[in-house]
Parts: sequence; C-alpha cells; structure tokens
Amino acid sequence: MTTRFDVNGKPVEVTVEPRMTLADCLRHVLRLTGTHVGCEHGVCGACTVLVDGAAVRSCLMLAVQADGRQVTTVEGLSNDDDLTPLQKSFRKHHALQCGFCTPGMITTAHALLTEEPDCDADRVREVLSGNICRCTGYISIVEAVLDARSAYRKPGGGAA
Amino acid sequence: MKLPVFEYACPATLSEAVALLASHDGDAKAIAGGQSLVPMLAFRVASPSLLVDLRKLPGLDQIRITESGVSLGALVRWRDILDDARLRHAHPLIAAAVKHVAHYQIRNRGTVGGSVAHADPAAEMPGVVVTCEATIAVTGKSGARVIPADSFFQGALTTALAPDEIITEIRFPAWPAGRRFGFEEFALRRGDFALAAAAVFYDQDAGGRAANAHVGVIGVGDRPVRLATVEAALDGARVDAAAIARAAAAASAAVDPQDDIHASAAYRRSLVGTMVERALLSASA
Repeated sequence: MTTRFDVNGKPVEVTVEPRMTLADCLRHVLRLTGTHVGCEHGVCGACTVLVDGAAVRSCLMLAVQADGRQVTTVEGLSNDDDLTPLQKSFRKHHALQCGFCTPGMITTAHALLTEEPDCDADRVREVLSGNICRCTGYISIVEAVLDARSAYRKPGGGAA
Repeated sequence: MKLPVFEYACPATLSEAVALLASHDGDAKAIAGGQSLVPMLAFRVASPSLLVDLRKLPGLDQIRITESGVSLGALVRWRDILDDARLRHAHPLIAAAVKHVAHYQIRNRGTVGGSVAHADPAAEMPGVVVTCEATIAVTGKSGARVIPADSFFQGALTTALAPDEIITEIRFPAWPAGRRFGFEEFALRRGDFALAAAAVFYDQDAGGRAANAHVGVIGVGDRPVRLATVEAALDGARVDAAAIARAAAAASAAVDPQDDIHASAAYRRSLVGTMVERALLSASA
C-alpha cells in the first residue's frame, strides 16, 4: 500500500505491506535507524517516536496507520549537528551506557517535558516506567530529564 | 516477531466497516489503537486475514456527559480521559481507574473500545464497566444493539461481540454528587497488568449508611466480576473500620483465582481483600 506522511518535517511516500510496523518502515524503508527496535511487542519503549507530537510505540503502530500524520524520530529533535539541551543533559549525567534504549528515552522525555516542563521526579519515573534500560539503573536518566526541564520552560525554547 | 500477513482496509463509515468485517467469514478483526491487537499479532495469538482500521469512523472519539450519564466513544483514548477535567466530577471512578492503565506511550494510542473488546481479565476498563453496570453499544450487519456489561464479558479475551460487530460506545449510568468511591490496584511495576484491583462505590443515606454498594474486582478470574456478598455486607452498614475488615474478608472468600507465573492463588486471594480494603478506606475517608 502507498502511504504518505511527514517524517521530521519532510513529506515522504512509501509503499509497504500492511503488516509493516511504523518502526520497521522508519528503519528499513526510510533508513532512519535512530529508532531502535527491542521487544517488538510494546514492552520496552526503545522504538518510541512522536506522532502528531504524542509519544507512541512505533512497533505497535502500522506504517499505513501513519497516513497523513506528522512523525518525529530522534533524528528530528535537532535541526543541526548540535545536541539538544535534553541530549546534552543525558551526556552530562551519564544517562546512557550501551545506548540501545536512549532514542526511546529521549523521545519519551522530550514529549513529557514539552507537555509538562514542571513535572517532578515521581512523574518522570512514572512516564519512564514504559522504557526499559538494562544498564543504568535509571537514576542518572531521571536526573538528566529533571535537569533538562529548564530548557523547556523558556518561551519558544526547548529542543526544536 | 514480525507480524503475520494480512490485508488492511480503512473505511470512512461504520456501515462500510461492518460490511468489511462481515465479508471474511469471521476472520477479519477491527483495529483501533492496536495496543492489544498488535502484540497479539506479533505473538501470532491472532492472525486475521483482514484488519479493518476504525480510525476514520466519524463521531466515535467523543466523551459525552449528559444528565443520563457518561458515554465514551469507542475511539476515546486513555489520554483523552485523563485530559478531560469534566470527568473528575462527572465520573471520578473512570478517571481514577484510567490512571493505572498501561504506560505513557500506550495511553496516547490505546482506546476504550479496544480494551473492552480485548477483554483482558486484568484490564481496568472492563472492571469499571462491570462494576458500574455500564452498557456496551455495538453495531453489526443485523443492526445496532446494546449489551449489558454482565453478559458482555464471557471469559478471558472472550466477549459477546459477534465477528461482524463493532463497539461504538460505552455508556455509564449517571454518577450522583456525593457518591463515595475508590479504585486500588497492585501491579509488580507501574503500568504493568494488575495482579489484582478493586473498584468500589456506594451512596450514603441520611443516616450515613451505605446504600447501592458496588464492588468489582479484576485479575482474580477469567473476567471482571462484582462481588455480591461484599456488596450485601456493605449495604445498610456504616463504612467504618469493622465494616471494611468484614468486606475485605468477604472479598477474599468470594474469589477463586488460579496459580500462574505471576502469583499464587493464595496470594491473589489475599491481595484482592487488601485491594477492597484500601478502596473502601479511600472511599470512606
């Protein structure tokens, strides 16, 4: 089937089998390999992308269901080669080790901070409960997200 | 695992969607948010020949609040419920239960109709639907009908829905001001499926005694159930520490959970008493 949607602000047209997930379409058809695929059944959160601004698991969405929507992947959070404030905060706080879960952590935290720039540690932990990291023990990730809140509070600020 | 092969259709009207579901000899499935169905496909627990996407059907994404109650369109997402400040007064039990549904990302896609059609025995919304005596409005090739909650859920992942029927709306009776309620759930990690949960509500008469008590539990059987003996113990009583202790013991006695890899039957029986106790403590506070 032919499906058209926007990825990171650019219109794309893909022809895919209906059974192809949005995650596989992003990685294998559009070659945007920043989106990672861990469990393939909606448990690990590594494949999180934004669809119309909302964080969703791209392994639980068919590519054909993205028709007409705006998809943002981890590659689309930054307009240039510089890291976003959230990404810089992850580096500062050593919020990653192997890095496999990191794209999902970043996209999820970006959606959260965009919606709730004043969220507290408990809320960050609740939201990140949908993303599995097997390296860090989460403490450094929570610290990185909390430390990045200020960047999202400025008018017109944030990672865009 | 990659998903099995299926055809896909995205009709613009309910009648087209019903016709498509009816056209595949029971081998077509409706998909809304896909948060339960896509994992089923990935595990090959389900392998329908056709998926009928409901996302373009008009009017099914509305939350309607009237004097006769609260109606949730089948395509209403968990996120929509949590964002709707009206529901905190119009039906606070729904809002309290949905806080326990899955994770942040899943709440952005998962729908009320999908959860009810999936009928997981540990899912919150079917439990609230049963506890509140809600009705499920469906449309199929032979027309529309309304199914009461207690006959809709027939077992684990099994409902009264015919293969060509689509849930359009879940209708909850009106929620009187001053009604006492509580929803308590225990899961091993936040967002996981409940090991057990309890939804309770009751009204109070002029003398401060409980009336119209409703107590529903999930996770301790093959479907959500109301506990008649617990409700009978509460009706006419002051909901004090002694009454709550009696209700909790009655709840543990009333259920017959099975052992599974997540918890033993004895643990779940004990846990459901604790959940009813906590829900009543919250309701009576």
